[in-house]
Amino acid sequence: MSITPPSQRIWWKEPIHKIEATWIIIALAWCLVLFLWMPYWHVYGKQNLSNESYKTTPAAFEAKAKAMVDKYTVRKETKEDIPVVAPPVGSDVYLVGRLWSWWPILELEKDKSYRIHISSLDYQHGFSLQPTNMNLQILPGYETVITLTPNQKGDFGIVCNEYCGIGHHNMLGKIIVK
Amino acid sequence: MAVKMFRQCPDSGLYFHKSAESLMKAHAVLGVVFLLVGGLFGLLVAATRAPGIHLLDAETFYTALTFHGTAILIFWIIFFEVAVLYFASSTLLRCRPATPGIGWLGFILMLLGSVLTSVAMLKGGSTVMFTSYVPMQAEPIFYLGLILFAVGALIGCFIFLGTLVVAKAEKTYDGSIPLVTFGALTAAIIAIFTIASGAVILIPTLLWSMGFISNVDPAMYRVIWWALGHSSQQINVAAHVSIWYAVAAIVFGAKPMSEKVSRTAFLLYILFLQLASAHHILVDPGVSSTWKVFNTSYAMYLAVLASMVHGLTVPGCIEVAQRKKGYTNGLFEWLRKAPWDNPVFSGMFMAMIIFGFIGGITGVVMGTEQINLIIHNTIFVPAHFHATVAVGTTLTFMAITYFLLPVIFRRQLIWPGLAKWQPYLFAGGMTIMILLLLGAGTLGVPRRHWDVNFTDAALHYQFAGTAISMLGMAVVGAVLASVGGVLFCLIAVGTLVFGKKLDAGASLLSSFGFPLASSSYNVERPDKLGLTPIETSGHSDAHGAKGTFVLALVFLATFVVYFFINAKYLSSLWPMS
Ligand code: HEM
Ligand SMILES: [Cu+2]
Ligand SMILES: [Cu+2]
Repeated sequence: MSITPPSQRIWWKEPIHKIEATWIIIALAWCLVLFLWMPYWHVYGKQNLSNESYKTTPAAFEAKAKAMVDKYTVRKETKEDIPVVAPPVGSDVYLVGRLWSWWPILELEKDKSYRIHISSLDYQHGFSLQPTNMNLQILPGYETVITLTPNQKGDFGIVCNEYCGIGHHNMLGKIIVK
Repeated sequence: MAVKMFRQCPDSGLYFHKSAESLMKAHAVLGVVFLLVGGLFGLLVAATRAPGIHLLDAETFYTALTFHGTAILIFWIIFFEVAVLYFASSTLLRCRPATPGIGWLGFILMLLGSVLTSVAMLKGGSTVMFTSYVPMQAEPIFYLGLILFAVGALIGCFIFLGTLVVAKAEKTYDGSIPLVTFGALTAAIIAIFTIASGAVILIPTLLWSMGFISNVDPAMYRVIWWALGHSSQQINVAAHVSIWYAVAAIVFGAKPMSEKVSRTAFLLYILFLQLASAHHILVDPGVSSTWKVFNTSYAMYLAVLASMVHGLTVPGCIEVAQRKKGYTNGLFEWLRKAPWDNPVFSGMFMAMIIFGFIGGITGVVMGTEQINLIIHNTIFVPAHFHATVAVGTTLTFMAITYFLLPVIFRRQLIWPGLAKWQPYLFAGGMTIMILLLLGAGTLGVPRRHWDVNFTDAALHYQFAGTAISMLGMAVVGAVLASVGGVLFCLIAVGTLVFGKKLDAGASLLSSFGFPLASSSYNVERPDKLGLTPIETSGHSDAHGAKGTFVLALVFLATFVVYFFINAKYLSSLWPMS
């Protein structure tokens, strides 16, 4: 029994049941498929996280975001006057996560690519683009860079899905795709 | 004069050493207290997340969620696991525990630590979730409590190892240690590694919260913290799989199909665990894809393989035992005729099925580097780990408790009729909640979030109606599961206090070893534990587990289909590189 010592003193020489051996082979094969699928998707899949990230500081990152906002703001929305920024296609776009908003609102063109830089100025935040449902962990001091190609038109929400304090559930952002 | 420290339980034949037994009781009872309190906070959390009820205000909600995660995932589970370690060493090997005095020191540290951290959380100044990601800061006593608790648990692990050494030296058993003890040994080894990682990250964090260190890097914190956070889940798996084997032996007299396969599978947990924390870091900056792919696959898939092996061999050994008893019709007579009204069996078996089919499959799918993009930090994640740890581990511990209560406390279970239903209530409620939350998470609903309708936000976003209604309906499952959870705690505590005494000596105090000259400890040295007898009769042959094999194939098919559905979903996202 499993709660008493094995019947055979030399238990490691017992033969393996055929059913067990077959299952081990099948399970191992499936684990290999799971493993190989990841490099496969890096080559043939279109949704991969880049390996590009940099060390930064909240001040440096905020400065770059401000410069972009100053240059490319096209209008303001909501009673808080949140700037809506329409950066040139292919350019470097900065998105700031801070207590408790994703700033600024971005206006992008469909099927065009942008280099999006995201970082946090304070706590950790979760970049969760909805309803597309794309989720990234954002850390202060680290700048995540992804090349993104929106392929749907409309308004998209950026929810924060990492707990960041008492205003966490009010932390939203917006991407408009034209 | 030799002291008589052992007693033999007349029902189970197990030998209990007085000190080990008292330590086991103390740890298990405190664990159940945390399960009860922590579980009730879970219900409050679920009732707040349901948009139609929205029970708590935001601040209380985040505090309750921090408390729920910490009290139940860390305190309930680890208190109970230390009790399991004493059982798997001292009781199963018929051996005195090494240094029981230090065992009590460990217990006191765990008690002190858990109380300190709980107070810190409930006061409200440490609402940082159980993961306490920096740079969000809790009060120093929050971290201090966790450290003290961990040191106490570490002592428990070393006493377990010491007891194995004593058993070997004093030749209390013949041959090799039993499979269940071997599984517990894996759990203890992983625990030591885990607690070391915990020390590496929590000690600097404590110093930082006290102002001695200016900053803790958030990326480094996550990598090391998850070496603690993930590996501790591997402890749970090793512990609950050991108990599955124990239940198979206790209820069915089952022998492992092959000792070699089951033990190698446990060994895989140790060998391939080191950087399994990687699957919590899949969408983080600062680490490369190569690092992620390597560490999730080498470290994780071989541990997954091990779980898939246990998933076959545990029900397989039950099937073989049942077939020997003559339940040989068709593929599943052995399963149909299993004792479904015995909560020790029904709890363990449902825990295994839900752990594998829901917890296992969802875990591996979201642990795939790119697929994690559509799941990270959605409420899919808590749904996944309620299948693994709230059903897989917790329900298994509940099941074995039904066996241990009369054996250890020598009292008859109160409310046996309700006890029969309790596992179904808990597993059923949990499954409803889990499936609905998996659904809501797939539609993007975030975890740890007070208001998915964003009522007070400057901007606006509206989740799909189905997502919101699934979140709302999940509370039905949460209520059922909570009724099941509370029922378990009432039965356990009620049995200690009101259960009919099975022998004369069983007052509440005497069950803790007072008065010291308790008459039930009347054995000086138990008989040496012999090898499992080799059976000669029976219907069993190499094809004995074909029903289980069919179940395993169904499992694999579900797994494959679910994986590729998610890959398809991923391919619909905006292209990114
Ligand atoms: C009646 C029982 C339970 C109910 C109703 C329940 C419900 C919940 C809910 C609704 C959440 C919140 C998800 C979120 O907003 O992110 C949650 C989180 C959690 N639960 Fe439970 N749960 C129960 C039992 C358990 C058990 C037994 C365990 C572990 C052994 C557990 C471990 C956790 C953990 C670790 C979290 C995560 C906390 C965090 O995100 O920081 N729960 N639970
Ligand atoms: Cu945030
Ligand atoms: Cu947040």
